[in-house]
Amino acid sequence: MTDLISKSLTDIQTGLRRKDFSATELTKAYLKRMEETRELNAYLEETPEVALKGAAASDARLAKGDALDLEGVPVAVKDLFCTLEGHTTAASKMLEGYKSPFESTVTQKLWDAGAVMLGKTNMDEFAMGSANLTSAYGKVLSPLTLPGDTRRFVPGGSSGGSAAAIAAKSALIATGSDTGGSIRQPAAFCGIVGMKPTYGLCSRYGMVAFASSLDQAGPLTRTVEDAALMLRVTAGHDPKDATSLNKAVPDFLAALKKGVKGLRIGIPEDYQVDGLNPEITALWEKGRAWLEEAGATCVPVRLPHTKYALPVYYILAPAEASSNLARFDGVRYGLRVDGETLDDMYERTRGEGFGEEVTRRILVGTYVLSAGYYDAYYLKAQKIRRLISQEFATVFKDVDVILAPTTPTPAFAFGEEPKDPVSMFMNDVLTVPANIAGLPAISVPGGHTAEGLPLGLQLIGPAFGDETVLRAAYALERAANFTPFDGVSQ
Amino acid sequence: MSIDHETVVKVARLARIKLDEKDILAYEERLNRILDWISMLEEVDTQNVEPMFSVHLDHMPQVDDIVTEPSVVAAVLANAPEKELDMYVVPKVVG
Repeated sequence: MTDLISKSLTDIQTGLRRKDFSATELTKAYLKRMEETRELNAYLEETPEVALKGAAASDARLAKGDALDLEGVPVAVKDLFCTLEGHTTAASKMLEGYKSPFESTVTQKLWDAGAVMLGKTNMDEFAMGSANLTSAYGKVLSPLTLPGDTRRFVPGGSSGGSAAAIAAKSALIATGSDTGGSIRQPAAFCGIVGMKPTYGLCSRYGMVAFASSLDQAGPLTRTVEDAALMLRVTAGHDPKDATSLNKAVPDFLAALKKGVKGLRIGIPEDYQVDGLNPEITALWEKGRAWLEEAGATCVPVRLPHTKYALPVYYILAPAEASSNLARFDGVRYGLRVDGETLDDMYERTRGEGFGEEVTRRILVGTYVLSAGYYDAYYLKAQKIRRLISQEFATVFKDVDVILAPTTPTPAFAFGEEPKDPVSMFMNDVLTVPANIAGLPAISVPGGHTAEGLPLGLQLIGPAFGDETVLRAAYALERAANFTPFDGVSQ
Repeated sequence: MSIDHETVVKVARLARIKLDEKDILAYEERLNRILDWISMLEEVDTQNVEPMFSVHLDHMPQVDDIVTEPSVVAAVLANAPEKELDMYVVPKVVG
């Protein structure tokens, strides 16, 4: 049974329909794996009863020949998605014990397609972080280890638990959310696939809000094909989210087979940022050669406002967060610390409930929105956001997709993380621009450092160009022939 | 533009987050580091550029103002730290 967890989504679907194994057997194999890999702290909550109940329902449908699109597929859910089963904490003390009275649209679509919930995954508190170090419930270990090296590495963040679970094979697919790189960066660090779709493609309903104009749900998977399949299920218009796109969902899976022949790929020299690891530069060059061999044409493009995207993000995201997180007031749900007056109760509750990184971002956000600073910071950032967005639009008149690295460095070991907040932010320097402009982008594992740490290549497409992004990603994946970590930690 | 001690206290008060003296000093230093770095945006010419609040939406879609989910009082109150008579309980506000 152990090899069940190594099968791809496509093989699982075929195997279940052929009755080679049952959904219950598959789920049990994953539950066992989840137990074996508990040291990773990838899951905040395991929901084995829910999983087995879901698997039994899948087996019943399979017996009748009524299999759904993701029948019996074991899913890990980032703890930022509200689920009726289990708890939803966003890895914050503020929401400890919170039971959501509703289901997020993305997870509902997964259950409606026959998927099975394994549990809720760890993350940076309220999705604010790039190494999963800000969780109120402890850090997540990447399952990756290097031979002869006792160091353990961060899985990236904020969807660190989901990424670690996929890499460790304690889930087949996982949900993530990406506000500034929170799907793509951990995917790159863990050697898996992670995609942030076009803003509005997946509903935000039932996702604990961080920065609403940037937040987007997306898949973390082992392969591009799995990501395409999961996205096809989770995408679609939702009247419960005003920013949800009212467009037909393309058949992302069919798009993969189209190949990249004739595609024009932009190589942005402005992504050659200070501190870009030379091994990553070399991989970027390889990626370009792979796409050319597959029939695409690569051309240099300029995106000179790239360097401003990160500081723009660190104004807009905290500003939106300070507003969104105002809801945690100790009155309606979540933590409450008693106080003498109403204001005293608010202040004590929020002082105790939020961790340091979240507090810092709320303070920055409150400051940039406060009287006297709004124009200088917030409005200025919104204007530069338009410049960044326009610059992308101009480039996409000439090219179909952009190829860039996902991160400037590989995963770092615990104890070697940047201590300064701004250096930590630099993790997101190459992923943030796609969020600022609402564009689809994917990270595909492309290779390893000489030491053996995985590296990701990023493809960014024009708005609604999710299909093209997946097509190019599929070609890259095939050319890279990436050897994934065997998923077994010591 | 840099943040002084008094500004941190004011901002924390606006955000309704209680900080102790030691925290205020640490946040003052870190917020200044972040704001110094952000100040690079001043070099970008944004004259005649309209701010961009949303990437795809020119206007917010409107929906009819009708009740779609009646009788959810119990669900709404289920996570309340303190409730009474189907209402949230808060410290006394009016003297």
